[in-house]
Amino acid sequence: MDLVALSRWQFALTTIYHFFFVPLTLGLGIFVAVLETLYVRSGNPVYKRLTKFWGKLFLINYAMGVVTGIVMEFQFGMNWSSYSRFVGDIFGAPLAIEGLLAFFLESTLLGVWIFGWERISKKLHATVMWLVAIGGNLSAYWILVANGFMQHPVGFEIVNDRAQMINFGALLGNPRAIYLFLHTFTSGLVTGAFFVLGFSLYHLVRKHEVEAFQKTFRLSAIIGLIATISAVGTGHAQAVYLRQVQPMAAAAAEAHYQTSDPADWSVIAFFDKTGKKVIWDIKIPKAQSFLYYFKFSGEVEGIDNLQAKYEEQYGPGDYIPLVALDYWTFRIMVAVGMLMVLLALGALFVTWKKYPEKWLARSGWLVWMIVLPYIANTTGWILTETARQPWVVHGLMQTQSAISPNLTAGTVLISLIGFVLIYAVLMGVDLFLLLKFAKAGLPAADTDSVLMQGDRPETKKGGK
Amino acid sequence: MDLNTLWFVLIAVLYAGFFFLEGFDFGVGMLLPMIGKKDVERRAIINTIGPHWDGNEVWLIVAGGATFAAFPHWYATLFSGFYLGMFLLLLALIVRGVAFEFRSKISSPGWRFGWDWAIAVASFVASFLLGVVFTNLVRGVPIDADMQYTGTFLTLLNPVSLLGGLAVVFVFIFHGANFLSLKLTEGPRVKAHNAAVRNFPAALIFAVGLFAALYFTGSAFSEKGALTLVLPLLAAAALVLSRVLGGQKKEGWAFILSSAAVVFTVAAIFIALFPNVMISSTDAAYNLTIHNASSSPYTLKVMSIVAAIMVPIVLAYQVWTYWVFRKRVKADPKSLTY
Ligand code: HDD
Ligand code: HEM
Ligand code: HEM
Repeated sequence: MDLVALSRWQFALTTIYHFFFVPLTLGLGIFVAVLETLYVRSGNPVYKRLTKFWGKLFLINYAMGVVTGIVMEFQFGMNWSSYSRFVGDIFGAPLAIEGLLAFFLESTLLGVWIFGWERISKKLHATVMWLVAIGGNLSAYWILVANGFMQHPVGFEIVNDRAQMINFGALLGNPRAIYLFLHTFTSGLVTGAFFVLGFSLYHLVRKHEVEAFQKTFRLSAIIGLIATISAVGTGHAQAVYLRQVQPMAAAAAEAHYQTSDPADWSVIAFFDKTGKKVIWDIKIPKAQSFLYYFKFSGEVEGIDNLQAKYEEQYGPGDYIPLVALDYWTFRIMVAVGMLMVLLALGALFVTWKKYPEKWLARSGWLVWMIVLPYIANTTGWILTETARQPWVVHGLMQTQSAISPNLTAGTVLISLIGFVLIYAVLMGVDLFLLLKFAKAGLPAADTDSVLMQGDRPETKKGGK
Repeated sequence: MDLNTLWFVLIAVLYAGFFFLEGFDFGVGMLLPMIGKKDVERRAIINTIGPHWDGNEVWLIVAGGATFAAFPHWYATLFSGFYLGMFLLLLALIVRGVAFEFRSKISSPGWRFGWDWAIAVASFVASFLLGVVFTNLVRGVPIDADMQYTGTFLTLLNPVSLLGGLAVVFVFIFHGANFLSLKLTEGPRVKAHNAAVRNFPAALIFAVGLFAALYFTGSAFSEKGALTLVLPLLAAAALVLSRVLGGQKKEGWAFILSSAAVVFTVAAIFIALFPNVMISSTDAAYNLTIHNASSSPYTLKVMSIVAAIMVPIVLAYQVWTYWVFRKRVKADPKSLTY
């Protein structure tokens, strides 16, 4: 494989891996803050135990988010130095602000939260957790401002072959970034909600601490329903906007080749070996126009016409992304999104029916719903990033020219193998610990000290 | 002062903050298995930095981000040029970060032993690499007319930079031991003090050796005149004084002085660099400077406003966290949380 391909694989793998932890941090942080607030308000110790239980899972996940995030920050310079030189003016700014405004806040205060149970007042302690949760979501906004620029560049001019910022406000208000943020924020909440819902169900099925886990089951069912519906809504709004600013990406997501009015909507499609041509599909007449315009007419641009237009604008070349990948990742995300709406509705119904025994006894397998948001998050990002190809910055710079010219394929292969190995090991350890503590259930009510909580189960069994 | 200079200074301050803060927690990391013989001691040692290390590391992240924003060419040349070094640094930071979180989650001695050593080794590797990187930064590396690094990984591993790596490692160990003497009680406190005494000679010899090498091998250090001579001397003096006062049980002063030694050193490095940000050993005409490597004035202005607002706030709450956790940490299971 060549240098560009290897660098792309490394970037894709490390980013997807980072984003495996990010949404849970975003969503679960808010849950923990809500639970601690309930504790401060009610004084009910069960909320404190719940706070510590979900807080511990939050921390295990958070550590992975932090260490994989540092890799992201370094990689732009390491592998994509031409890109960094080209957009540094614009792209570096939100990244640096993210650090100043958000990372400092969340990382510093999380230390206080972990170690400060007895050092600061209850109220202040809960406030600290809120600030950590807000810090995380703030950091998402800033990084998505950076990413939004790559999708839809605004507020800049080209000077000496470099993009220079001329309007900071336009950069921050970039509608593409705002849509990205709204959809990512709601996806984070969905991820947190299904995580809590799934593990609460796990304990309810086994009749552990029923009263406590009913509380988090209900809370996550309510938040989960609101969040999934919002994720679907913001996703739809994003798709409509995408159609305007990155029509090629939207057309690829729908495998729509010929500009037409009204446009049909493809439900299932199979592609040839190149992944860019459809060989067989099923279409619903006029439905695509309806999805984008809420009426059965309206022109929708197609891939082939856009290709011709881009060749005219940017010179000869292949401007078509890997349609098969975008088409299917889009469908998987949407299908999973719909499914999660139904599941959240079902969960609410169960709480309303007072958790019927018969149903609980048969629903252990539903714990698997925890993986659904992960599927949607990952397919969502793969769609966003690959449908933009061949551009790294839409319309301004292509991915192949973004590379660090002084690297060799061998060097990148070393780092790629290194990252894959260490990430695989850490994923194993992380999942092992998450499952261990998620299954262990609530910590005892009397301990303020979280010391050696890991020991307790083992020492009881006689120690290892 | 123009904005380019201001950002150069700000980045220097960020690195100085990073070396001062993460310096002691890297040092504590390396000392962990040496000083902490019992599990509860190790927990106490980790708890001295537990609330802080992640916030300390953000200094590096923000320094990197600020370099990207203010001097994109510097960021691009440095990170792509030092690729394998940066990669190893990342591996070390990854392992260290998760180890702090994971080590206590299971009580089996093998598990804890493994992660504790992972913390120590990763802290060592990270400190050493930082020393190598910064030494090369002042000595200059091969860079061509297109601002591209033309050397290999081995170019970075020259005798002077290896000396720089060792100097940083031992100064951090000494600095970390000072921090531990200040933060622990009883037995562990004594052990920390002894570690400071034991590692002091190496820290001093390597640090002075590094300054001498930088000064006498015709690097940017010797061209800057008085300041790059005075600051290293001050750093060395602070190191010696730190050892002396530590010996008299003035632990607070010992720590402040080893911090001063670190800060003086970073200051000397950045003063030697100025107004360059990367020195080309190929041809001085190819140096990256605060002008040819920088962002547009508009970006610098926006970033200056943000920094002017945010930096004081960040400093305030970071200081607050050190205030909250100002008490010494006792190696006693009942009083240790987390
Ligand atoms: C939508 C959200 C989102 C996205 C798209 C990214 N991140 Fe991230 N990042 C976070 C949301 C986040 C977070 C929620 O703030 C994390 C995850 C877990 C955590 O601890 O903080 C984080 C951690 C994190 C850290 C460690 C911060 C610390 O020590 O506290 C760094 C340096 C980065 N990220 C950098 C990046 C870069 C350069 C990205 C671009 C590809 C990126 N992240 C994508
Ligand atoms: C965390 C969520 C993200 C995920 C899962 C993700 C995923 C991906 C994937 C799969 C690619 C590969 C596309 C391809 O090569 O065909 C890619 C490319 C890229 N992404 Fe992202 N991305 C994320 C966020 C971001 C953000 C926030 C930025 C910038 C701020 C960014 C910058 C880039 C760059 C520079 C490339 C080009 C390199 C390449 O093509 O591999 N990504 N991303
Ligand atoms: C039916 C519902 C949904 C629709 C119509 C939808 C639509 C979209 C669209 C159009 C994109 C952007 C593609 C691009 O920029 O090229 C996207 C991205 C994404 N989606 Fe969805 N989505 C839906 C449900 C979900 C759900 C339920 C989740 C997660 C729980 C999710 C997670 C994501 C993520 C993480 C991204 C990448 C970030 C972004 O572009 O905002 N999506 N989605």
